[in-house]
Amino acid sequence: MAEPRTLFAKVWDAHTVDDDLLFIDLHLVHEVTSPQAFDGLRLAGRKVRRPDRTLATADHNVPTGSEAPDDLSARQLEALTTNCEEFGVPLYGLGHRRQGIVHVIGPELGVTQPGMTIVCGDSHTSTHGAFGSLAFGIGTSEVEHVLATQTLVQRRPHTMRITYQGELGIGCTAKDMILGTIAQIGTDGAAGHVVEYTGEAIRRLSMEGRMTIANMSIEAGAKAGMMAADDTTFAYLEGRPGVPEDFDAACHRWVDLRTDEGASFDREVVVDVPALAPQVSWGTNPGQVAPIDGAVPAPHDEGDERALAYMDLRAGTPMAEIAIDRVFLGSCTNGRIEDLRAAAQVVRGRRVAEGVRAMVVPGSVHIKAQAEIEGLDDVFRAAGFEWRGAGCSMCLGMNPDILAPGERCASTSNRNFEGRQGAGGRTHLVSPAMAAAAAVTGRLTDIRELVGA
Amino acid sequence: MKPVHTIAGPVAALDRTNVDTDQIIPKQFLKRIERTGYGEFLFYDWAKQPAFALNRPEFKGAPILAAGRNFGSGSSREHAAWALQDYGFEAVIAPSFSDIFQTNCTKVGLLPVVLEEDAVRELLDRAPDAATVDLELQTVTLPSGRVEGFEIDPDVRERLLNGWDEIALTELRMTDIERYEHDRERVGPSTVSL
Repeated sequence: MAEPRTLFAKVWDAHTVDDDLLFIDLHLVHEVTSPQAFDGLRLAGRKVRRPDRTLATADHNVPTGSEAPDDLSARQLEALTTNCEEFGVPLYGLGHRRQGIVHVIGPELGVTQPGMTIVCGDSHTSTHGAFGSLAFGIGTSEVEHVLATQTLVQRRPHTMRITYQGELGIGCTAKDMILGTIAQIGTDGAAGHVVEYTGEAIRRLSMEGRMTIANMSIEAGAKAGMMAADDTTFAYLEGRPGVPEDFDAACHRWVDLRTDEGASFDREVVVDVPALAPQVSWGTNPGQVAPIDGAVPAPHDEGDERALAYMDLRAGTPMAEIAIDRVFLGSCTNGRIEDLRAAAQVVRGRRVAEGVRAMVVPGSVHIKAQAEIEGLDDVFRAAGFEWRGAGCSMCLGMNPDILAPGERCASTSNRNFEGRQGAGGRTHLVSPAMAAAAAVTGRLTDIRELVGA
Repeated sequence: MKPVHTIAGPVAALDRTNVDTDQIIPKQFLKRIERTGYGEFLFYDWAKQPAFALNRPEFKGAPILAAGRNFGSGSSREHAAWALQDYGFEAVIAPSFSDIFQTNCTKVGLLPVVLEEDAVRELLDRAPDAATVDLELQTVTLPSGRVEGFEIDPDVRERLLNGWDEIALTELRMTDIERYEHDRERVGPSTVSL
C-alpha cells in the first residue's frame, strides 16, 4: 500500500518538474510588484512563457473614489497596462467589470481550483489555499522567474496541522479563529511550514470564512495555508467562468485531495474554538491580540512596550473602552460579499457614531455589484458609511485612503504594523461584524452585546 | 548579480524583533516602477526619530546589519531587500528571517545569515565593532574573534558565490519543463479563454 500522504504532499508531488523545481499552474500579477519583473524580461529579451497561466489586475494602488490617481500611481497603472499588452497577459484593469483585489477575483473567476500551485507577488496569496491549492507569495525576482519559465526553484517546506476543536460561539467568526491562532502560536509560529487547517469548525465555515483564515496564514509566518476541498468548495466553484466543463468529473478528482489517514505532520497544533471570544489586536503585529472582553495586557518585553507606546494604550484598559476614529471594512481578508452582509446586518437601523468616519471598500467590482443588488449599499449609506470602489485601499494605504497620524481604526484587514494604514495611524484588527459594531458605538465593542447573545 | 564572497566591516545594530517590511520601506515608495533608488527611504518613519539606531554616525557605511528575530516579516515587497542593499548593506544577520524576505535577499545578492541568539547578541551589543562573513566557508567571525558557522542552501550558496542569474540556470532545464508540460501538466484553467 502507498505511504499515506498529506494534502500538501499530494499537491507538491504533482508539480515537481524536478526535486527543486516546482511547476506553477497560475500566476497572478498586480501593478506594484510586477513592473521591475517585466523590465527584467525586456532587458534579457525574454517572453512570458505561459500567458494562458497568467492573470493580471490592478488593485494595490487604485483610487476607490472619484479622485484621479497621483502622477506616480498613474504611471504605475499605465506600466501594468503596457506590460500586459506587450507580453500578452490577460488584464482585468481599472474600469473592467471583473477588476478587484487579486485574491478576491481568482476564486471569483473560478481560476483558483483544488490541487493547483498558485503564486503572486503578494504575501496574502495564501488565501487561495482555502480551495486545497498550494498558494504562496513571492518577491519580484521570483515573479520574473515565473513569467520567464512558469516554474520556481523551491525547497520542500515542513508541514504543520492546526486542528480546530469544538464549535464557534455566537458572535465569533473565521477572523476570530485565525487571530486567536496567531496569538497562540506567534507571528513566526508557522515559519518554514505549510499549514493544513482541519477540524469541524473549518468544515462548517463558508468559503469566504475559509479564505479569511488561509489569507492570514502569512501573519503566523507560514509559507502557505491549505484546506481540503469538500462540498462547500464545489458549491462555491460551480458555474464560475474558469471551472472545467465537466465539473462533476473534476469534483470527483478533487475529493481525493485530502490528507490520508495516518499521514504525519512535522508539527501539530490544537486550537480550542469554544474558548475564543471575539478577538481584537491591541499592538503592532497580528500576534498581539486580546479577547474583546479582556484588557490590554501587561507588556512582556521591549517589543510589547514599544507597541503599547505606539498604540497609545495602557496595560489593564478594558479592550471595549477603546474609542475609535475610523472604521475600514474591506481587504482580501474580509472584503467579500459575506463579510459585507455580516456587517450590514449589524449596521441596519443604526447610525455611525458621531465623529467616526467609516468606509466600505468591496473586494471586487463584482462584489460591489452583488451588494448593490442586495441593497447593502443603501444600508451602509443610510448609516453614514462611505460606499467606495474596489481595491486594496486602506489595508495598505497606498492610495489616498489612509489614516491621519494618531487616528485609531477598527479594521477588517490583516496587518496592524506601525504606519500600515497611514504614518502614525493605529490599527485594531477585527471581524466585519466587530468593525460594524465599533462604527455604531464609536469604540471597540463586543458584538455579542449588540446581537443580544 | 554581483558575486558574493566575503563581507567584512563594521556592524550596524537594529536591536528589535519582528521588524516588518512595512517599516523597512513604507508603501508610499512602492509606487515607483524602478528597481533602484530606495536606499534613501530605508526605515523612512523610524529614521525621523533622532534616537533611531541607524541614525548613529558610527553605523554609517556599515556593510553588515544585525537585527532581532523574525526580521523582514509581513509584505512580500522585494523593495525591502533593494532598499537595504541600496543603502549599503551587503549582509543581514538575525536569529531568524521571514521566508519571503530571506528568499528575496538571496535573489538580489543581499546575504541573509541566520546565527544563534547569543552570537547575534554579541554583534548587537558590540556594534559597530567589525565582523566578517565568509560565504565560501559559511562562517561569521564575531568581534570577539569567535567563529560561528551558518547554514545556507548549497545551491543558493553556489549561485551567490558565482553571481549566477537564476532564470538563466532554469532555462538550462527547459527540456525537463517541456516534458512536464507535455506529460503531467494539469488541464486548465486557461486565463486567456475566460
